[in-house]
Amino acid sequence: MSAQAIADDVRSGRRSARSVVESSLAAVAAGDGDVHAFLLVTADDALAAADRVDERVAAGEDPGPLAGVPVALKDNLCTKGVPTTCGSRILDGWRPPYDATVVDRLRAAGAVVVGKTNLDEFAMGSSTENSAFGPTRNPRDTSRVPGGSSGGSAAAVAAGFVPLALGSDTGGSIRQPAAFCGVVGMKPTYGTVSRYGLVAFASSLDQIGPFATSVADAALLLAAIAGHDPCDSTSLDRPAPPGLVDADAGLSGLRVGVCAELVDGVAPDVAKRVRQAADALAAAGATVVDLAVPELRYGLSAYYLLAPAEASSNLARYDGVRFGLRVPAADVTAMNTATRTAGFGAEVKRRIMLGTYALSAGYYDAYYGQAQRVRTLVIRAFDRAYQQVDVLLGATAPSTAFPLGDRVDDPMAMYLSDVCTIPSNLAGHPAISVPFGTGDDGLPVGVQILAPALAEPTLFKVAAAIEAAAPTAGVGLGPHASEEPAVEEGRSGAPGGVAGTEAAR
Amino acid sequence: MTNPLGRDEVAHVAQLARLELTEEELDRFTGQLAQVLDHAADVAGLDLADVPPTAHPLPVSNVLRPDRPVPSLDRADVLAGAPEVEDHRFRVPRILGEAP
Repeated sequence: MSAQAIADDVRSGRRSARSVVESSLAAVAAGDGDVHAFLLVTADDALAAADRVDERVAAGEDPGPLAGVPVALKDNLCTKGVPTTCGSRILDGWRPPYDATVVDRLRAAGAVVVGKTNLDEFAMGSSTENSAFGPTRNPRDTSRVPGGSSGGSAAAVAAGFVPLALGSDTGGSIRQPAAFCGVVGMKPTYGTVSRYGLVAFASSLDQIGPFATSVADAALLLAAIAGHDPCDSTSLDRPAPPGLVDADAGLSGLRVGVCAELVDGVAPDVAKRVRQAADALAAAGATVVDLAVPELRYGLSAYYLLAPAEASSNLARYDGVRFGLRVPAADVTAMNTATRTAGFGAEVKRRIMLGTYALSAGYYDAYYGQAQRVRTLVIRAFDRAYQQVDVLLGATAPSTAFPLGDRVDDPMAMYLSDVCTIPSNLAGHPAISVPFGTGDDGLPVGVQILAPALAEPTLFKVAAAIEAAAPTAGVGLGPHASEEPAVEEGRSGAPGGVAGTEAAR
Repeated sequence: MTNPLGRDEVAHVAQLARLELTEEELDRFTGQLAQVLDHAADVAGLDLADVPPTAHPLPVSNVLRPDRPVPSLDRADVLAGAPEVEDHRFRVPRILGEAP
């Protein structure tokens, strides 16, 4: 059931928010043992929040556009008094003293937070295997990864646990898992959604965005969380994009560029789906051309210097002093070192070291400075492309979901799965992944639409047209895994039930 | 350019970042980081002397608010998350070496 339909039912009193939230919690209890989308299910809080929504309806008030809609939050979004782990041991025991702005806005819109979802540690990864609490599995096939880093949120929506979820996207961490799990995932224009209360990874690239089962629901969720926030100095001082998709206007006059760099290098079965989506847009009245934007090829290298550099600075705050883990030692430097060594996983250590190196004296210009110049090249290349077309079209990821364990020991292979999504982050532009049929392996394929800054209405319109033309057969829900997956569950294992608050940790 | 990242350099970077690596980790990370930097050779080799760097996708500037006192986070809430607290402050182990 769509978020829009749920909200309509709850607002009109046809259905209680409590019954909606109860069925969401029941779905999690029944299915999340296989998927492990959630790190924490806040069942008691969710039911209490649902009751408050129902009380408002009974009192004749309007609880808001997301009334009674269950929402899952990536566990790098701060929730007051509720553990927020970032998938890391280093935040062990920490309960944030405040809510992220997006959490406040969700509640103000009547939505009900049902829990916190799994992620690659500090959002660094492309498979959700870097979580300190064990991997999430793809609900379409539990032997496959859900993508990452927002794999828990993508899986929670794909499995039908919740109709909506929030993730964060620094280099593709919403769009790539959306593609792997067969749901809609969108990264808004940088500055559209407040980052206040989003635990920082790479601040010039991070942006919060929606997961949903439809383009219309994604637009509805974005409208609820977007808009200026004085608590985030990079928040744009302009109104939120409209929550309704202008799907009826048709695509006549719209120019679409099929971006060679986002199609040529990807798996043939994925490229075939992108071409089909382009054909569908042409059939709907758009003018479709092939377009090369060669500078995008440098995006991956620039990103894997810039993002670690910003991360090495942002993660300096985990020093065992103010929050989370402390490993005692004789003096403060030894304590810092012991805490960070025990608290961070391998991928986070790799990126901190990479960033520290890229910023160090003697290499700064060659690596960090050079990557910043490449960022300018990418932005200029997009600007040129958008003089010729309104949107660009390509694959979201170079392949469908890969098997668990496949790339954990090969960081470069893992990084390459972000190659199609990174350019939009470098430029601060919006982009969306829409499910469009399956690959040869029967797993979902995501088609990506890219647009210039603040062109969300156009982006959603094109996305809705692709959604309407998408092949529907073939994408079912798992578990398809007939044998034990290759990767062992992490120590925390999968949740056994959701009887009470924190049952899943 | 060929990257000069060797084992000693990784050990030095780890120390700067306040991380302690085992011998096995040092070997593994050296290989993996060198691989990433090798991939980055495609951008390190570009002649971009005339291209200005971009630090941020938006033209960011300082944002000021009116100088009016507003409540900040509750001190007890903030300190509740700390590993060790004394007299309403964060407590840390000694910072300087032992007195002579």
